[in-house]
Amino acid sequence: MNSLKKLTSKTLFLPLFCMILVLLINVIKSPDFFSIAVKNGVLYGRLVDILNRGSEIAILAVGQTLVVAVSAGTDISVGSVMSLSACGCCMLLAGYGVNSTTELAVPMIVGMLFGVLLGGVCGTFNGFLVSKLKIQPMVATLILFTAARAIGLLLCDNQITYIRYEPYKYLGNFIPGIPIPTAIFVTIAVIAVISLLLKKTSLGLYIQSVGINSRAARISGISSSKICFLCYLICGLCSGIAGIVASSRIYSADSNNIGLNYELDAILAVALGGNSLGGGKFNLAGSIIGAYTIQAITTTLLAMGVSTDQAPVIKAIIVVIIVVVQAPVFKAWMETRSARRLAARVAETTDEKEMAEK
Amino acid sequence: MEEQVLLTMRDITKTFPGVVALDHAQLTLRKGEVHALMGENGAGKSTIIKCLTGVYERDAGEVRMEGVEGSIYNHSTQEAQRIGIATVYQEVNLCPNLSIAENLFIGREPRTMIHTVDWKTMNRRAQKIMDNLEIHVDATATLETCSIAIQQMVAIARAVDMDCKLLILDEPTSSLDDKEVAKLFKLMRTLRDSGVGIVFVTHFLEQVYEVCDRITVMRNGQFVGEYSVSELPRVKLVAAMLGKDFDDLASIKPEGRVSVSDEVVLDAEHLSHKGTIKPFDFRIRKGEVVGVTGLLGSGRSEMVRCIYGADKAQSGTERMMGKTLKANSPIDSIKAGMGFLPDDRKADGCIGDLSVRENIILALQARDGMFKRIPRTKQAEMADHFIDLLQIKTASRETPLNQLSGGNQQKVILARWLCTHPDFLILDEPTRGIDIGTKTEFQKLVLQFAAEGMSIVFISSEIEEMLRTCTRMCVMRDGEKVGEIQGSMTQESVMSAIAGGEKK
Amino acid sequence: MKTEVRLPQIRRTMNSNSLLLLITIVLFIVMYALGCMIYADKGFSHVQTFLNLLITNAGLICVTCGMTCVMLTGGIDISVGSLIAMDCMILAYGMGVKGWPCIPLLIAVLLIGVVFGAVQGYLVGYMKIQPFIVTMAGMFFARGMTAVICTDQVSITQDANATFYAWANQKIYLPAFLGYTNSKGKLQIPYIRPAVIVALLVVVVIFLVLKYTKFGRSLYAVGGSESSAVMMGLNVRRTKMKAYVLSSLLCSIGGICYCLNTMSGSVQQARGFEMDAIASSVIGGTLLTGGVGNVIGSLFGVLITGTINTLVTTNGKLLSSWANIATAALLCFFIILQSVFAFLKNRNK
Repeated sequence: MNSLKKLTSKTLFLPLFCMILVLLINVIKSPDFFSIAVKNGVLYGRLVDILNRGSEIAILAVGQTLVVAVSAGTDISVGSVMSLSACGCCMLLAGYGVNSTTELAVPMIVGMLFGVLLGGVCGTFNGFLVSKLKIQPMVATLILFTAARAIGLLLCDNQITYIRYEPYKYLGNFIPGIPIPTAIFVTIAVIAVISLLLKKTSLGLYIQSVGINSRAARISGISSSKICFLCYLICGLCSGIAGIVASSRIYSADSNNIGLNYELDAILAVALGGNSLGGGKFNLAGSIIGAYTIQAITTTLLAMGVSTDQAPVIKAIIVVIIVVVQAPVFKAWMETRSARRLAARVAETTDEKEMAEK
Repeated sequence: MEEQVLLTMRDITKTFPGVVALDHAQLTLRKGEVHALMGENGAGKSTIIKCLTGVYERDAGEVRMEGVEGSIYNHSTQEAQRIGIATVYQEVNLCPNLSIAENLFIGREPRTMIHTVDWKTMNRRAQKIMDNLEIHVDATATLETCSIAIQQMVAIARAVDMDCKLLILDEPTSSLDDKEVAKLFKLMRTLRDSGVGIVFVTHFLEQVYEVCDRITVMRNGQFVGEYSVSELPRVKLVAAMLGKDFDDLASIKPEGRVSVSDEVVLDAEHLSHKGTIKPFDFRIRKGEVVGVTGLLGSGRSEMVRCIYGADKAQSGTERMMGKTLKANSPIDSIKAGMGFLPDDRKADGCIGDLSVRENIILALQARDGMFKRIPRTKQAEMADHFIDLLQIKTASRETPLNQLSGGNQQKVILARWLCTHPDFLILDEPTRGIDIGTKTEFQKLVLQFAAEGMSIVFISSEIEEMLRTCTRMCVMRDGEKVGEIQGSMTQESVMSAIAGGEKK
Repeated sequence: MKTEVRLPQIRRTMNSNSLLLLITIVLFIVMYALGCMIYADKGFSHVQTFLNLLITNAGLICVTCGMTCVMLTGGIDISVGSLIAMDCMILAYGMGVKGWPCIPLLIAVLLIGVVFGAVQGYLVGYMKIQPFIVTMAGMFFARGMTAVICTDQVSITQDANATFYAWANQKIYLPAFLGYTNSKGKLQIPYIRPAVIVALLVVVVIFLVLKYTKFGRSLYAVGGSESSAVMMGLNVRRTKMKAYVLSSLLCSIGGICYCLNTMSGSVQQARGFEMDAIASSVIGGTLLTGGVGNVIGSLFGVLITGTINTLVTTNGKLLSSWANIATAALLCFFIILQSVFAFLKNRNK
């Protein structure tokens, strides 16, 4: 009993437990789940697929974790910002109003940087509203939640812009000669940069201090609003990168579908990662495991014949379960229940003793 | 007037895990009197009130009220209201977005035939109530457009209109100006004359002598005594609150003082913060320990917060080591070499979920900036150094701060500032709520740091403590710096300075 | 010194809340007048254009009223768009595919609204979970359920359900003197549709509820100061739960109105509707922090967002996403305005 409690109180218990649970279900349903094959010089297999497809969620989860930790609120604009940065990138590459192109108008890297920059601009906007104007994070990000996608549509002249230029597909697919999907490398790079930032600078300490007690952090000399702003900026940049990856997968900018429902996945990843949505201490590794768990769930659901439109039902239920379990009211309720049960047990044993004495 | 007892509370005991908050406390209230409940922080004033109004449930003791059978045991504030006990708190517990009339009647609105809210009757009755209490406002005005005093009075009016026999005013005057206080007192006297018993909790001595009839003094959860206002001079009241028997006040000499150099570390002129502290001058020399004394709420915390920049000063200039300092936010002061240990440890000091190590290096890290991360080994070294130096009792340096006891948390926060090697350190009530042994340690440390050339501002509710450590004291009263005491300080001289006004 | 004395006086006669409402009404009039001037040739100034505004936005009016109630408590409900999609899908699938009668279906939709709201309300009120998280889960749940019912677009034809079809096409004519003669010399009498009456009825009822019932006043009290509301003996948790039930119920009524306009159901329907409702409510003077706002303002808020949409469609050349951007920009403007007002209010204290 005691050791179980110790185990469940470990920070990475929840994400790992969920991950293993999902994998187990998969293994039982399809024994060939773990098999990885090489076809046409690239790796194939369900596991590779999850790692590959989960890239965007993992990148978003990194940014979202910081935002949740610092402001106890979530950035719900990430999906829309993804779409905007994809559109911005494709628009620049193809030229405004061009439906499909095989020739790039500007070098590829410029387009991609522009896309990421757009993400950064969105992050700046959100950060300004939250940290300077003190608007509730979710209301502030609600503005871009609708507007970003619409702006993306405008940039692409209300159509899907195709970039039929081979290297553009590399990021979301494979670089010739390398058997591992490129998106995985991108994810690793993003995670590496952010964790280096957290490890090598004191950003992590600042974020947690502000998230736990912003008044005390201020007295200790940390500028709470600057740190908050920075987190939203990073979150915006992450959305931008995720948007470019998503766009590269389909070598186009489909404003209506890129990043659709990703905000839920990103928030769910943070919660599944064992991070409290109330802010404070955070664990980046947990969020990343959470992100891949969600992708595993999505892939499993798809394999079971549930369509992409229907999948949110299951995810919404998981979100509700996690937040209910995390809720202080629920915890207090559970504690009083177990206390009562303990008291009942003590009473029982004393009763038995008395009976025995008699 | 015939003295008719309205309420008696006897032998009230209340314990929280690890703390005895009330130890056989008592309170007696007569009809038609204003009764001051006094005591320093932690004396148990709010606890005894909360036991009465049903916020807490007492462990033992008896409460009797006139007109109610048997011992009273309230389980919620609503229950207390039903038998006529109403409370008005420091923060106004009303809805600022509603009209005065609604605030008076919400939850019990007059209804029309079809069970809808009858606005006409409500507004009319509200206006009548306000007129009767001689509060000249339009009852349909939105509450937030009114001054805090009016809001406070609306809260009282609500309580009175709900047929209260006993009104508890828990520090209602701390955010009011003199005129507003006068209005409030007028209302209190009107109520008293109509037979309502009023318990008045406050830190302002002036106000006690202006409006109250009787005083109950509490200390450390215990009943100290009940006095009639006219029989108790101020100095005696202060002595009772601070726990010194006036007759055997031995003057405690500061132990082995080091001579102070002439180098001025901080020079502040005309600093002020609207609503909390009136303009003041402050100057401290190298190696000096200056005490700021005064009762709670007299502006001693507000003064140092203003110096530090925790509350941005709205006027005046500050010079630190000869250089002008613009303290817009704490980081500016930290960079100039200041440190500040705030009095509200929980809200302003502790970052509870972080480890002891992280809490210790926080201010140093903030001063050095984000990109100059202190290497992990160095952090551990510093943490270990201070855990050792200050004898912090913790399981390890990686233990979350909120698992430590109050005194040890305080030491960790002290360590946070010592890390930065400040030239000027402000300690606001560093010894509150910690045991006697640790208190002595703190005093020794303060003297030691001063000997090493650090300038220190030391605030404490215990005069004895300050006499041991300080060379000079600033006296605060009612949000104003009223003077300084120097040279041969005794408990007596300090207390009469705090009490001010008449001298006996 | 002089300004210090005068400022409170000005505020008393004209406090920031009524100022926000005034800005909204003026904005609507200016916008509509501009529309009349620019698009005079396209019949923007006809009475019917204004009535069309009501007809197309009947659903939004209902939803915004519900949103206002929730926002008064300091909460938010972003599940409304998806709930409308689900309602429309239930109606369309039930009538169009299964051929079920319309009355039981309508009742079922309203009941689903109540249950949906009760679950959300319980989680927000009693479990004290952030409203945004709860209703976001609700948003995805409802959208997903729409797809579970049917992934295709389903329409309701006259053959499928004649009653519902008749309601949808029912024209209720206004007095003839409001009409105009069109280019062919025929008198056009302006008309409205049944949904408009439902919507206006909702506005009136909610207005009365907010003003004259204990529940309505409790919503304001909870939004004004939750802790004070508790101290004054109000049941805050129940009030909050009721607010979410009311919001979802009104959303279902709105869904029916919406379905009368579109006569179809699809997964993609009413996407971003929550944004329109929140924007309308905020533009109408409801404070995001709760405690301030009323449905008259919300009605004007809807009219403003509706006018933006009409302007964009009347133009014909502009992309439809301009309407989204304009709404978001307006929302942003009003949010910043609110925060500036709040800042000024705090500073004056």
